[in-house]
Amino acid sequence: MFLADVVGTVVTPVQIPDLAGRAQLLVRPILPSGKPAGRVRVAIDSVGAGVGDRVVVLDEGGAGRQVLGLPKGAVKCVIVGVVDSVDAPGGSYDHSQGTGLVEERR
Amino acid sequence: MHLGRVIGRVVATRRYEGLEGVTLQWVEPLGEDGRPEGAPLVATTAVSVGPGDFVTWVDGREAAMTCPRAFVPVDAAVVGFVSQAARLGREFEPPPLPEVR
Repeated sequence: MFLADVVGTVVTPVQIPDLAGRAQLLVRPILPSGKPAGRVRVAIDSVGAGVGDRVVVLDEGGAGRQVLGLPKGAVKCVIVGVVDSVDAPGGSYDHSQGTGLVEERR
Repeated sequence: MHLGRVIGRVVATRRYEGLEGVTLQWVEPLGEDGRPEGAPLVATTAVSVGPGDFVTWVDGREAAMTCPRAFVPVDAAVVGFVSQAARLGREFEPPPLPEVR
């Protein structure tokens, strides 16, 4: 799993059946400083996350299929938690403060 | 999954058993503003797409699960056609492919 900030949304009207009816969000993996740690991913939301949330993202197929109840699904990247807080030297985070991304938009 | 843009079709007549009828496309990974980011890769397609299309693709073992036969040597597959993607409320799309004469 990895920590990421939800930065956007993706709509795919044509897709494999496994993805039908599931929200897909654009998530940006982050470093403790909050800076991007690599390319954005498209993750399936299982917890009701939204743009501006910091989330825990699963990136393993077996567990992803279990979470979504798709034994043969071609799914891998799933948001499995919305982060309340992170305590880390140089990388603390509090949900009430937010990631600052929504403010950036305004 | 990742964002991507189809940049070409790949034809390979001689191929590993089990891959018959599987279409291969050349896909360029995209960053969060729709800019190409990283090395292009070859992916099978589970949806009907072609060069220039904005797509989502999955990597790893899951990619092979989109194929008619699940135990095939495939590690990337296009799984969705993107009609709309937004970053912080602003829509974006990949740049158009260069003109080919």
